[in-house]
Amino acid sequence: MTLVELTGVSKHYGGVRALEGVSLEVHAGRITCVLGDNGAGKSTLIKMIAGLHRHDGGTLRIEGEETHLASPREALDRGIATVYQDLAVVPLMPVWRNFFLGSEPRKGVGPFKRLDTGLMRRTTREALLRMGIDLRDVDQPIGTLSGGERQCVAIARAVHFGAKVLVLDEPTAALGVKQSGMVLKYVAAARDEGLGVVLITHNPHHAYLVGDRFVLLRRGTMVGNYTRDEITLDELTQQMAGGSDLDALRHELRRN
Amino acid sequence: MTQTADERILRSSPLRRLLLSRPELGSVVGALAVFVFFGVAADGFLRASSLSTVLYASSTIGIMAVPVALLMIGGEFDLSAGVLVTSSALVSSMFSYQMTANTWVGAGVSLLVTLAIGAFNGFVLTRTRLPSFIVTLGTFLMLTGMNLGFTKLIDGTVSTKTIADMEGFPSAHAVFASTLTLGGVDFKVTILWWLGLVALASWILLRTRAGNWIFAVGGNQDAARAVGVPVARTKIGLYMGVAFGAWISGQHLLFSFDAVQSGEGVGNELIYIIAAVIGGCLITGGYGSAIGSAVGALLFGMTSKGIVFAEWNPDWFKFFLGAMLLLATLLNAWVKKRAEATK
Repeated sequence: MTLVELTGVSKHYGGVRALEGVSLEVHAGRITCVLGDNGAGKSTLIKMIAGLHRHDGGTLRIEGEETHLASPREALDRGIATVYQDLAVVPLMPVWRNFFLGSEPRKGVGPFKRLDTGLMRRTTREALLRMGIDLRDVDQPIGTLSGGERQCVAIARAVHFGAKVLVLDEPTAALGVKQSGMVLKYVAAARDEGLGVVLITHNPHHAYLVGDRFVLLRRGTMVGNYTRDEITLDELTQQMAGGSDLDALRHELRRN
Repeated sequence: MTQTADERILRSSPLRRLLLSRPELGSVVGALAVFVFFGVAADGFLRASSLSTVLYASSTIGIMAVPVALLMIGGEFDLSAGVLVTSSALVSSMFSYQMTANTWVGAGVSLLVTLAIGAFNGFVLTRTRLPSFIVTLGTFLMLTGMNLGFTKLIDGTVSTKTIADMEGFPSAHAVFASTLTLGGVDFKVTILWWLGLVALASWILLRTRAGNWIFAVGGNQDAARAVGVPVARTKIGLYMGVAFGAWISGQHLLFSFDAVQSGEGVGNELIYIIAAVIGGCLITGGYGSAIGSAVGALLFGMTSKGIVFAEWNPDWFKFFLGAMLLLATLLNAWVKKRAEATK
């Protein structure tokens, strides 16, 4: 099933063309990787899917219905959860408060309506456990977790709140090898739960480990859109690095 | 990953965990130290009547320190808080006098005007995205000018006319400025207002959705917005909370006597902020507690009155204040660094 479909989408900021003619499909239980160097338009693409920016041209379909997203809240309500690389969580808040931030369960009536803190703590622990994350203490500030762990909590949060589409912005960018592997494992776990995943990255190795479809961006335009059997890791890496650019660089750096 | 997480937990000392979980802990230790110090150094400091004086001094600051602390946890300042108290008193007094209305009508009008000024602060801040330092410095100056300007324009002098003989004055005096006798000791009613506000603010912070949002907008505004927290609404609400505190303080100011000096309040905004910071609020937002602000206010009250009881030159008060602020800020910075150690 196609959850999100972008067709020929473009975005301009004043006189700057940030994105032009990008098409992309997100299917349930599949991982779509968006690859590109810095400035390729990856962030712009995310912001449109997450509801932070409206697209200027082309169409955005959510479950077949053409739409314009007005706010992150609306995107969330439509089942699109976005995990940003640097602003996924509030570091000084406990894990369980972060987990439910923006969707807090409450009990009681009228002025005595209050957070159901017991349920929140319990659910956080259980939801993390289901993703294979065993936290001893959900009361610790989330900032005390490692970068990879925080990504995983954010992913578990999206899965728990019934997101249909999970957008991940460079989840492995600042992480070491081991932590990257851990995050990719949870990305795969989210896919196995039936979510459609959009994985934004500039690392073709990470993308190829989990991806079903690869969309390549360069300077705001789409330069490739492949399924897994249409491209090998070497080709992907080559394309990613800019093909002929890389050859030129190799020539330039060659020692005489 | 669970391995590394558990190792980290094992390595953190119980003291560190405690400091991280209770923002006001440092200030409680400080307050105990100051209490013991003046208990020994100042004759009569431990008398019940002295302690009642200390509590009264603390409560007048504490009533404002509570909403200011909440605002600071939400990541913003309000430099207009001090003069807003005076504005609130002036509006109440002048409306009652000029309209020959019941003082409660004046107080009601004052509540609306004060809340509107708070909402204005929040609205300008969230709309323009200017730093709150600038926005509220602007309202601070405007209110200072308006307080003096309108009072001179309407009453001809810098203070308002007495409203002591007006209808509703006795009951308003009872609510905002009366003295209760408990076991032979006189206590000002502001102490009750203060405790009530601390309890209410703690409830909001720790047990309501709004409280979760306050921590979030102060801790990481962009993350909060991204998960659907109404950032602008939360901040405007916080400024209106400060305005509500200013209204209570302003009515106390008015009904304690029967007239208001229009130049009062300047400089108090810093005292509220200092009380909140001493109580464990991070100046950068996202961390702190309402109880902490109360302890900060208590430290303030104890020091200011303790110096008098010890018969020292009151000039030293500012020195103590500065030293406490510095110590508290260092401790807070340390806590924040620990909390974000592995970021």
